[in-house]
Amino acid sequence: MATSSQRAHDQSGSVVVLAQLPPGGRATVVGTAPQATSALASRLNQLGFRPKAQVDVIRRAPLGDPTIYRVQDTELCLRRREAQLIEVVPEPG
Amino acid sequence: MTACHDVDAGAVTVAGIRRVALVGSPNAGKTSVFNHLTGLRAKTGNYPGVTVGRSVGTTSVDGVAVAVEDLPGTYSLDPISPDERVVTDLLTGKYPDIDRPDAVVLIADSTTLRRSITLIGQVLRLDLPCLLTLTMGDELTSRGGRIDVEALSTALGVPVLAVVGHHGSGINGLRARLASFDQWQRPPILPPSDQQAIDAWGQSVLDAADYVAPQPDQRTRRIDRVLLHPLWGTVIFFAVMFWFFQVLFTAAAPLRDGIARGLTYLGTQVAEHIGNPIIRGLLSQGIIGGVGTVLQFIPQIVLLFLLLAFLENIGYMSRAAFLMDRVMAMTGLEGRAFVAMLSSVACAIPGIMATRTLPSSRDRIATIVTAPLMTCSARLPVYTLLIGLLVTSQTRWWGLSAQGVTMFLLYLGGGMSALIAALLVKSTVLRGDLLPFTMELPPYRLPSPQAMLAAMWSAAKVFLRKAGTIILATSLVLWALLNLPVREEETRGLSSTDSTAYVMNHSYAADVGKAIAPVFTPLGFDWRTDVALLGSLSAREVFVSTLGQVSAATDPDHPRQALTTMTDDHGQRVFTAPTVIALMIYFMFALQCMSTIAVMRRETNSWRWPAFAFSYMFVLAWVMAFAARTIAVGLGA
Repeated sequence: MATSSQRAHDQSGSVVVLAQLPPGGRATVVGTAPQATSALASRLNQLGFRPKAQVDVIRRAPLGDPTIYRVQDTELCLRRREAQLIEVVPEPG
Repeated sequence: MTACHDVDAGAVTVAGIRRVALVGSPNAGKTSVFNHLTGLRAKTGNYPGVTVGRSVGTTSVDGVAVAVEDLPGTYSLDPISPDERVVTDLLTGKYPDIDRPDAVVLIADSTTLRRSITLIGQVLRLDLPCLLTLTMGDELTSRGGRIDVEALSTALGVPVLAVVGHHGSGINGLRARLASFDQWQRPPILPPSDQQAIDAWGQSVLDAADYVAPQPDQRTRRIDRVLLHPLWGTVIFFAVMFWFFQVLFTAAAPLRDGIARGLTYLGTQVAEHIGNPIIRGLLSQGIIGGVGTVLQFIPQIVLLFLLLAFLENIGYMSRAAFLMDRVMAMTGLEGRAFVAMLSSVACAIPGIMATRTLPSSRDRIATIVTAPLMTCSARLPVYTLLIGLLVTSQTRWWGLSAQGVTMFLLYLGGGMSALIAALLVKSTVLRGDLLPFTMELPPYRLPSPQAMLAAMWSAAKVFLRKAGTIILATSLVLWALLNLPVREEETRGLSSTDSTAYVMNHSYAADVGKAIAPVFTPLGFDWRTDVALLGSLSAREVFVSTLGQVSAATDPDHPRQALTTMTDDHGQRVFTAPTVIALMIYFMFALQCMSTIAVMRRETNSWRWPAFAFSYMFVLAWVMAFAARTIAVGLGA
């Protein structure tokens, strides 16, 4: 985790929101968007979407929402609405 | 066992007994450890004032009883939802009327330790005797991870044990240490409180324990590739749900019929051997009938919980919720509510009990108060009778059987109204969810038989003890209303159907029926229909037999013929097309089932929600039935 977050920092890629990433994508969490409520921000934090954490986009549901992500060794799903509030730096490739 | 009382009021343990609380995040294997420790002797109830389930059991260590409390799963001690606040308040001694536990056993999944180390740090800061139990160690190793349990214990400053909750190995070691918590090692320095500092603390603890996180589970990946595939995943989902529903609906039926037959036999035996008509009636119909109503639900409830526990423990339930979430989101609910709604098509009672899988209490209540609108199997005999009065079996609409089309429309109407009602409830009374929808998808695991048995047993026990008594009491009251006062003098010499009809038509229920008649007159119901409506409160299908009895039908269970010709006090036909339509619509919406109300009371821990559900469904039923009747009359039906 440490090495990948360093890479992300070194390359200082553009910040996007997690919802924009396609399945198969990988990114490093920067933080939650300012418009996220504090309850939501802390819940996402508790689930592992903490700054420097690496997120893999696993797959979307057949109806397009929600999406399964892998973060801190667990797979969990978020709806687009919440994934739009997580700011990440995508990894190339 | 001896130290436990009923926990509904929150009074669980007798003073003096040692109390240990289990704390851990959802999916950490906490309940499995709890079941292994306490066996099937857990008492379940609610925390006072909230819709959060509470389980307390006892375990014996060298002859000393220790109370073990399974706290709700939580990710953090900074509560976001009212449900999570329970854990924090209880551990800090702020919960009204419940003392702080004497010690804490932390349960953490060793495959996700990087996430749960924060919770571990927060719990250590409480400065209670604390012991960490690591679960899923076998999985950690097989997926290429590792941890040094000794070193972790040294780094944390508390005892650490490894158990495999699944097989129960390591449980005896845990049990042996439960009573001696005052000798547990305590951390020399408590973890920091600041968020950033606790992250750094967690990292250093895991480094010291030589922790290597596991690789993603390849088997789960492969299974998910099929089960969550846009096409195959959807096909399998519908197949699983069809199977689920099929088992619930059909496999429970023979058991249910068997119970019914046994009780009928018992009833006839009683009837033959007891002379006094009141005692005879009370025993053979009131008590045996009431117990029968309660027992008939048991096969369905046991099966539902067996299936739910199987799907949940194997890991499919969260996948099903993932697939259905988009659909349920339209109603303001989430994917996990789907199963409860589907179960309600068999019966609202198992459906309401299935809402326990929903983490948000708002979602739970919204599902509980709307699920009874789904067309349950008890409505089927009522609809069959009413449809028979409305259209003949030969009638065709667009080339289809008119009876079939009507039945389909009634099912569709029930389902749609449940979803619309959920949307309305979620956007008004239960508005403003603090929590986003988040759901873990645990790796697929073979379920342990003990976990499934425990789930089944506790559901059946809760239903029998908490709801059973209310159902039995209402059945008795309804029996008394319909059969008293005794009319032995007046019915002498009458045939048995005529005498039943006479008794019912002059019973207390008839008085009630006549008293409430003005309410239902606009819908076209006469007072005898109202008596049958009253009878149907014990179970909707009773409507058919009660109507059969009041109309003195030769075969009270198939009263169609007698009803077609039944006339009111003015000689007008009672069951005209508009009235039959109004009755159908009324049954589609009305919460005409005391058993459902009893279970709602049990699951929400208050009379408020059952009262709310009964009222809104009654108003809805009345208004819609009136509108349907008015339209039908207008169209000249």
